[in-house]
Amino acid sequence: MRGFDVLILGAGIVGCACALECVRAGLRVGIVERDVPGGATTAAGMGHIVVMDDSPAQLALTRYSRSLWQELLPHLPVGVEYERRGTVWVAADDEEMGEVHAKRKTYALAGVESEVLDARALAAAEPNLRAGLAGGLLVLDDAVIYPPTAAAFFLHEAVRGGAVLLRGQGADHIGKGIVTLRDGTTYAADRIVVATGADIALLPSLPIQKRKGHLLITDRYPGFLHHQLVELGYLKSAHQISSDSVAFNIQPRLTGQLLIGSSRQYGNENPGIDQRILRSMLERARSYMPALAGISGIRAWTGFRAATPDKLPLIGPTDDPTIFLAMGFEGLGITNAPGAARLLVDGLLGRVPGIDATPFLPSRIALMETKHA
Amino acid sequence: MPERSTITIHVNGHTVVVPAGSVVSAALLAVGEPCRMSVSGEPRTAFCGMGICFECRAVIDGVAHQRTCQMLCHEGMSVETQR
Repeated sequence: MRGFDVLILGAGIVGCACALECVRAGLRVGIVERDVPGGATTAAGMGHIVVMDDSPAQLALTRYSRSLWQELLPHLPVGVEYERRGTVWVAADDEEMGEVHAKRKTYALAGVESEVLDARALAAAEPNLRAGLAGGLLVLDDAVIYPPTAAAFFLHEAVRGGAVLLRGQGADHIGKGIVTLRDGTTYAADRIVVATGADIALLPSLPIQKRKGHLLITDRYPGFLHHQLVELGYLKSAHQISSDSVAFNIQPRLTGQLLIGSSRQYGNENPGIDQRILRSMLERARSYMPALAGISGIRAWTGFRAATPDKLPLIGPTDDPTIFLAMGFEGLGITNAPGAARLLVDGLLGRVPGIDATPFLPSRIALMETKHA
Repeated sequence: MPERSTITIHVNGHTVVVPAGSVVSAALLAVGEPCRMSVSGEPRTAFCGMGICFECRAVIDGVAHQRTCQMLCHEGMSVETQR
């Protein structure tokens, strides 16, 4: 039986980032991917590298991860399309403007640079926003990337450093240092890292729920939009656990295309477009940017976020001392991939982590059972 | 009143006279102007000629991404290469 120090299940952006960290730590690494690397959850997302302050732990992880992206920047291939666009959190009214000031303060305490925009500054920064908005908060160092090519970069670097990509089949079951693929092939690994996004077939008792989202990409309209814009109401919408919701979220791509989101639905595992949700998402976007009405969309698709009950990812060991997790990132897997990979490998090697890893430890939630054949 | 036999349009700022009934993509071809520029900067023009391939998109009277092979020239029309 072939053996590895670490066998990673899933070659999405998180799995690939973990593989590269492990290789850099001198470990013998295998990566199991049943289909196309970076082709599932990674390919469905927006690619927004964003510091989020919805909890202190999330703020710490997103900030840490963003700083790791900035360190990677000189090495990223052009195809990753990294652009430091900045995020503008758009405040519709005075109440939301109050949130802008609170948010600026929170970011400042965490060492994250941001700038309050009044109504006039917001209009100057984004002339296609409707008149009458109260202002916004510009977070300068947030960025935009194309996630599949970023995953491919991590994977390429990992393989160049000796990692082995085992492609074509998923794992059927795992446990006690053994991974068995669908065709019965087995591999031994001191550590198994599950990084399968929203797919919890290997560990069905994991508290991860699929949260469906829609995105639409337009034709090329260079100069139409300059920053990633997100309505402040997004936070209210993103935190609703039960009901379907939409929020205005729009991103400029290097090509001049606009990527428009966002929607959130629980309890819907049908990957088809939900026309009612898509319509309401686009109407929301048009209510902020009326000129979108004249713009042509060329493709819409859906994806599934991997949502945990406390909105934090699962990074670290499980009850089976050979099984580790790097999943449950909900909408922040792209942002958090480098930080999660670093924390995971710090844990594996007993290194002192760059930030407190305890809020992300899987032991914080219900006991997990592995799926044994 | 006799029908006009020519129409004057403006292509990338130049005044161009075309036969009445001309399709916009044909007018662009006749004056050697690209309909659009690709992401990598290549000039593109009409390919399928029936509104399917979207290669002939241009900015017509200020509206972006119009399929010029499906559109007749009108007097005073502004036609700009889509960039």
